[in-house]
Amino acid sequence: MADPSAQDYLLRVKGVTLQYRTKAHLVTATYRVGFDVFRGDRFVLLGPSGCGKSTLLKAIGGYLQPVEGEIVLKGKVVSRPGSDRVMVFQEFDQLLPWKTVVENVVFALEASGKLKGRAAFDRAMTYIEKVNLSRFAESYPHTLSGGMKQRVAIARGMAMEPDILLMDEPFAALDALTRQKMQDELLQLWADTHFTVIFVTHSIPEAVRIGNRILLLSPHPGQVRAELNSSGDDSADAGTGEKLSERIHDMLFANAVEDGDGDGAGAHA
Amino acid sequence: MPKGPSNRPEYVRDPVNEKNFGVVMKPLSPWARLGEIAVLRKMVILVAIATLWQIYADYLSNPLMVPTFGATIRAFVERSMTGELPLKAWVSIKVLMQGYAIGLALALALSVLAVTSRLGNDLLEALTAMFNPLPAIALLPLALIWFGLGDPSLIFVLVHAVLWPVALNTHAGFLAVSNTLRMVGRNYGLGGMRYVAKILVPAAFPSILTGLKIGWAFGWRTLIAAELVFGTTSASGGLGWYIYENKNTLDIPAVFAGLFTVIFIGLLVESLIFRAIETRTVRKWGMHI
Repeated sequence: MADPSAQDYLLRVKGVTLQYRTKAHLVTATYRVGFDVFRGDRFVLLGPSGCGKSTLLKAIGGYLQPVEGEIVLKGKVVSRPGSDRVMVFQEFDQLLPWKTVVENVVFALEASGKLKGRAAFDRAMTYIEKVNLSRFAESYPHTLSGGMKQRVAIARGMAMEPDILLMDEPFAALDALTRQKMQDELLQLWADTHFTVIFVTHSIPEAVRIGNRILLLSPHPGQVRAELNSSGDDSADAGTGEKLSERIHDMLFANAVEDGDGDGAGAHA
Repeated sequence: MPKGPSNRPEYVRDPVNEKNFGVVMKPLSPWARLGEIAVLRKMVILVAIATLWQIYADYLSNPLMVPTFGATIRAFVERSMTGELPLKAWVSIKVLMQGYAIGLALALALSVLAVTSRLGNDLLEALTAMFNPLPAIALLPLALIWFGLGDPSLIFVLVHAVLWPVALNTHAGFLAVSNTLRMVGRNYGLGGMRYVAKILVPAAFPSILTGLKIGWAFGWRTLIAAELVFGTTSASGGLGWYIYENKNTLDIPAVFAGLFTVIFIGLLVESLIFRAIETRTVRKWGMHI
């Protein structure tokens, strides 16, 4: 698509500057970051720690307001948390410990007023099945492994069928083997339902595997470094013969070489 | 490339078939299995204490100072059979329940206020700092002037005994709820009282339960003390009054039987009611600290 028409944009982040306050400092997390997410994108925010990618995701989630710029979802400015953007967190404690696996998913559907009773239960079971946890539907979260908890969280997020799924390093706390398995499962789920997801990570291999579009952020404060396409298999560039992961690696670590290119907002349109 | 310490061959093994394993699970010995039962271990301790008591009282042989364990139990059984002890206990428990319920309701209201507004937070902090160290029983003379001789005075004192520890624990529990859970709740559109009821209260339940236990113990001991201090409030007094009366007639085994009842009810509530709540909530949810 050379010139996507306006309704293809699901989410537009326009020149967003984010700041948060600690006891002693006012920290600028991102500076005039802009990008567009299309329906069905697996959009990865990639950057080293301190590039404000998690803060950016929280802003899209509506948990904090930009001091400059705006975040527009389906033509409406994001102003507070809502169930049209569901977050999947890195932490294992995002499930309610006092509810079983299926109750956790049903809770999300009922609390948000999306579905009730039988319908909510059926929808919950469908998605629990999708993440292969039917056998554990009646288990309490503390009896599950870390990977299983994350699968429940993903099932809960997907069951909401939100406009956009926001994943904040969901696999970062998992061991390497489980992590790889979860990445495969996520891609499989995407192949099933083509949901839109923004995925935050600091792992280059994970970004290359998961994303179809990768936004590179530079740290302190976060600014857009590049926006790249990924086919998922880390293919070599036709011109230079360089692999995608190598290109990303070079860009992230060869900092301050070409820092003078404009304000960083929406570097590639 | 640096060489390793020695040239070791690689190898691949097939797992041994399950059937060829030796012992995988061995039953524990009967003694070890008995030792696993918590109730039994506690019983052993209680029996040991009763035995020591019996031996010491026999050695002292002064029933006016320390009656034997046997005499205490005999008095306990006798007074229970005549219905005197159960009646007194019931009078006390009835008052306690009223005070406890009002105290809990106020504590919940205060902590919800404290978690939703900064002014409420300051209010709770100031009030608990002022009143938590104040012994509830010290308010009794004042309560008698305000409410007269009767249950309302006792209930006022009880509310005071229950309210502050419960509010303090509930508030601490609310503050300790993980940020992730808070964000999850807001993500799914919870706000106001629904947010408190569906996220904060269950997530803070371990602390709340601790508060409930402390509140119950404070209430129970305050009530007995209050009854001891100013005696009966109605036609038949409670357990504290019973203890006081029997002390006056120098029926010491009956005094011990009264104390025994106080302890017994305390144990009962702890091991039946609170234990049941605990197994059904925080233990089941894996939130036990």
